[in-house]
Amino acid sequence: MHQLTIAEIIRGLREKQFSSVEITSHLLERIQQLDGQYNSFITVTGEQALREAAAADARLAEGNAPAMCGVPIAHKDIFCTNGVRTSCGSKMLDNFVPPYDATVVDNFLQAGAVSLGKTNMDEFAMGSSNESSYYGPVKNPWDLERVPGGSSGGSAAAVAAQLVPGTTASDTGGSIRQPAALTGTTGLKPTYGRVSRWGMIAFASSLDQGGPIARTAEDAALMLSVMASSDKKDSTCLDRPTQDYTANLKDSIQGLKIGVPKEYFGEGLDSEIGARIQEALRAYEKLGAELVEISLPHSKLAVPAYYVIAPAEASANLSRFDGVRYGYRCENPADLRDLYMRSRGEGFGEEVKRRILVGSYALSAGYYDAYYNKAQQVRRLIKQDFVDAFQKVDVIMGPTAPNPAFKLGEKNADPVAMYLEDIYTIATNLAGLPGMSLPCGFAHNLPVGLQITGNYLDEARMLNVAHQFQQASDWHTKAAPVAE
Amino acid sequence: MAVDAQTVEKLAELARIAISEETIDEVSNRLGDVLQLVDQLQAVNTDGVEPMAHPLDAVQVLRKDEVTEPNRRDEFLALAPQTEAGLYLVPKVID
Repeated sequence: MHQLTIAEIIRGLREKQFSSVEITSHLLERIQQLDGQYNSFITVTGEQALREAAAADARLAEGNAPAMCGVPIAHKDIFCTNGVRTSCGSKMLDNFVPPYDATVVDNFLQAGAVSLGKTNMDEFAMGSSNESSYYGPVKNPWDLERVPGGSSGGSAAAVAAQLVPGTTASDTGGSIRQPAALTGTTGLKPTYGRVSRWGMIAFASSLDQGGPIARTAEDAALMLSVMASSDKKDSTCLDRPTQDYTANLKDSIQGLKIGVPKEYFGEGLDSEIGARIQEALRAYEKLGAELVEISLPHSKLAVPAYYVIAPAEASANLSRFDGVRYGYRCENPADLRDLYMRSRGEGFGEEVKRRILVGSYALSAGYYDAYYNKAQQVRRLIKQDFVDAFQKVDVIMGPTAPNPAFKLGEKNADPVAMYLEDIYTIATNLAGLPGMSLPCGFAHNLPVGLQITGNYLDEARMLNVAHQFQQASDWHTKAAPVAE
Repeated sequence: MAVDAQTVEKLAELARIAISEETIDEVSNRLGDVLQLVDQLQAVNTDGVEPMAHPLDAVQVLRKDEVTEPNRRDEFLALAPQTEAGLYLVPKVID
């Protein structure tokens, strides 16, 4: 039953092939048996899940069940869940039990989905390997000595190991797409503002965006149809009508113009990954698409601009963790200054502290114009590259990550080397565009991700383009060996 | 670009994060690496480029100033490490 996709589960439940309680119990058992080796969950909410599943079965029997009624999912531990500990992968929030649900969590509850628990992640979503979690690293189901990517490493690994068919995740610089690539799953980061950030613990507010990780583009479309909404509680959430993202999946892509940025195939790209991407592009040609070489001349500046903007916004956002209102407080503070200094010094991990300090530097007196303002100007140049490209093409394609999954500990000591793993994904966040990663083969026996970047609010077309590839290939059906 | 220990101490003070003496060199080196990376921006000509705050240039939405949330003070106070009489408790600030 764990091999079923969300689309198949929805059908199976409605045709009474199995009940929500049956599939929920089955997956909970799998998590209990197998997750010791992956560490993809921080919290499993078994009893609550079975209660929700029983309620879903009752609604299904009545015949008026909502879209995802009875479908098991899991939430990244960045989304606040009413009554369930929400740690954001940090010691700082190890004891934090929110009294409310994030809008995304509420949307899934309204749609009848059953949550199995909360998935592991890099601390405060800062990382590309899931090694910065206070709850220990997540292991890649394709090779337990390797990382699953990050920061949504738990969400990606849980799907790859077939512990759950779909998970919520978040992407600030590649945190959905890069782990999807490294685990052979399908992940989607929507247009900035398409999914509400309310109740999603903030890292860099102008870049953060929630989205799904699943095994197919069709499942990602089903999940996005639930996740996307307008939200009065998030003023940056777009006040535009949402849609059924599965409606266009079957459209022909005859005549589709695919932009291939020359900057994404240069130095630093693993040659086997490059070969897999070229093969995927050939497959698209066979489906009737046309390849157009394009240039994104400011690509090289995306990582430097990001490592000003994201830490600057993080330093402001994370000032709320002060040891006074919630979260960790140090033992026996001597005075208020000592309470702040030690609560934050002891409650945050190394990477989080490093980014807060970088952000404090970039925002401090005398440096604001040279760093933050300059980075925001460069950001507009990067966005303009994409705006120009989308005059000529419908979607942009290239590799999601320059390397396949690396070994645990391999890049830990060198933050800059780790940052460069997001070299192809970061520009999408800076521009606010939607992006996807889908499996397109293997390099060094590890999954490779094809990145699709779409125009603003063009998620339906991106999903159509991904679905058509998956109809003509079977990479997305390959299961991690240890998942059997 | 190197960052000296004094700068790290100043940043730690601004960010209210205690950094132990033993790790200060390590932190200085790593911060230096990151600042070297971001210094690539200085070579770019951005004359006349408007800084970008929101990708779709959205503006702040206005709404009526109405009470829409119930008072849940006790639930929120229950999350705090220390409270008394409906207030957050911190070490003495004024003598």
